[in-house]
Amino acid sequence: MRRLSPAITQRVAVTFLWSLTLITIGVLLYIILYILAKGLPHISWEFLTKAPESMGRKGGIFPMIVGTFMVAGLAVAIAAPLGVATAVYLTEYTREGRLTFVIRFGADCLAGIPSIIYGLFGFVFFSIALGMGLSVLSGALTLALMVLPTIIRTAEEAIRAVPYTYRETSYGLGSTRWQMVTRVVLPSALPGICTGVVLSLGRSISETAAVMLTAGSALRLPQSLSDSSRTLALHFYILSREGLSMENAYATASVLIIIILALNALAYWLMNRFIRRAG
Amino acid sequence: MKQDRFIAFILLMLALSALSGLVLITVFIFKEGLPLILQTGFRDFFLSSDWDPKGEHFGILSMIVGSLAVTVGAMAIGAVFGLGMAIVLTQFCPPGLVSILKPLIELLAGIPSVVYGFMGVVTIVPLIRNHLGGPGLSVLAASIVLGIMVLPTVTSISVDALKAVPRAYWEGSVALGATKWQTTHMLMLKAARSGILAAIILGMGRALGETMAVIMVAGNALEIPGSPLDPVRTLTSNIALEMGYATGRHREALFATGVTLFVFIMIFNTTALAISRRSAGKGGGR
Repeated sequence: MRRLSPAITQRVAVTFLWSLTLITIGVLLYIILYILAKGLPHISWEFLTKAPESMGRKGGIFPMIVGTFMVAGLAVAIAAPLGVATAVYLTEYTREGRLTFVIRFGADCLAGIPSIIYGLFGFVFFSIALGMGLSVLSGALTLALMVLPTIIRTAEEAIRAVPYTYRETSYGLGSTRWQMVTRVVLPSALPGICTGVVLSLGRSISETAAVMLTAGSALRLPQSLSDSSRTLALHFYILSREGLSMENAYATASVLIIIILALNALAYWLMNRFIRRAG
Repeated sequence: MKQDRFIAFILLMLALSALSGLVLITVFIFKEGLPLILQTGFRDFFLSSDWDPKGEHFGILSMIVGSLAVTVGAMAIGAVFGLGMAIVLTQFCPPGLVSILKPLIELLAGIPSVVYGFMGVVTIVPLIRNHLGGPGLSVLAASIVLGIMVLPTVTSISVDALKAVPRAYWEGSVALGATKWQTTHMLMLKAARSGILAAIILGMGRALGETMAVIMVAGNALEIPGSPLDPVRTLTSNIALEMGYATGRHREALFATGVTLFVFIMIFNTTALAISRRSAGKGGGR
């Protein structure tokens, strides 16, 4: 068999690889457009502000919107300070050694644990052992643990990207390490850190398996952190799986997709700002 | 300086939160699940497919096989597409286009798994049922959906691995007259192979651990699948499906399922970590 010329082989390979890429992008756009096309017509002001009726067959999704943001917002509010503190410790307060290895290993392992395991853990630990029951708080703590590795990693990268001269200048002006960290390093790294936080918020909002076992599926508007609350993703799952109302399922999914799109756009904007500033 | 040391101490305590989380998760999952495995016996738990919570038979073989089948299927798709995209992004794509493609891939990672599962049910499942036969809810459907879901993981880690190859290698090869594609498949892929392997193993971990999408498209039948068109139940879906009403021994058995899943995931992830760490160490030495 005659060997094909390298130029032709290259053309075939590149065409193949590009078609894989375009198929993937096509699938992504198809998913988004399909959900929005079927869901947007059913979204109205009432749908967003009213409580559901007869298990979600009719009515709106207001309690789920509130519940979702309570659970996810609280999760990120807990995880962000912990994650940033970890990143600051790893980058500014210690040398690479056995301790940093162990801390990073812990975070890497945590990142790989499936959400259903977080759900099981949150259920026996927060809900039962600590007596929180199925509640917003139990769900938020579980999710906080789940997004912690992402926040640590992105914060660490953002802090490392701050030029070393900034630190030297700060020390040169007589600042202590803590002043250097809080007034020079963290402000410069802030957009990068925020990107990680925003993406973690998105991940918390999307999560279903872990919140199902920890925050429960109550349809009421949660009045406090110890109330059970159904999130949007779980509501969508229940509506579509039990065939309660396809219209409301599509509309709920659309709301979810719009929130995710907005958060990703925000993260993208923050990242660009950060790159421009650091570069 | 005293204040400095105090702050360092506080930060260290906070930095140990991830590690203590990991320890707590491990302890609690094993504490709830391990006793049942020991009482049932390894053979009856791992090597039997008899899952009958009412009769207190807890054999999870069919779910282990189901999980592995779905994971392998997902990786057949996820590895080809993910690696393909990583090559495009690092070798053949103009930088302006990279800055459009990358956020789109991140968006793919951001879409909720319930939405993936749902899209699988309304598009892929009927397609399989009408053209290939069987119930549609199947290993194949789950593999396709999971393959798409693990793409972002495989892509982004492979991109990092390809980018870590020293630029001089690439320049040397092109200077010797190799085409870009020859350089890519003869040199870049070989130089980055351990990173790419780590990406694929981490992707497998993702596929193995995914729950909601699999419940929706895999059919959840309690049998060892004979063909890709048969329905299966995975370890993850077994937990999520029955946790809502399980009590007593049944609930312990679900935690025991969790222990099994946890061990599989830990093997996958520590392997991937070890591979990528070794390759990072090698790169630094050069």
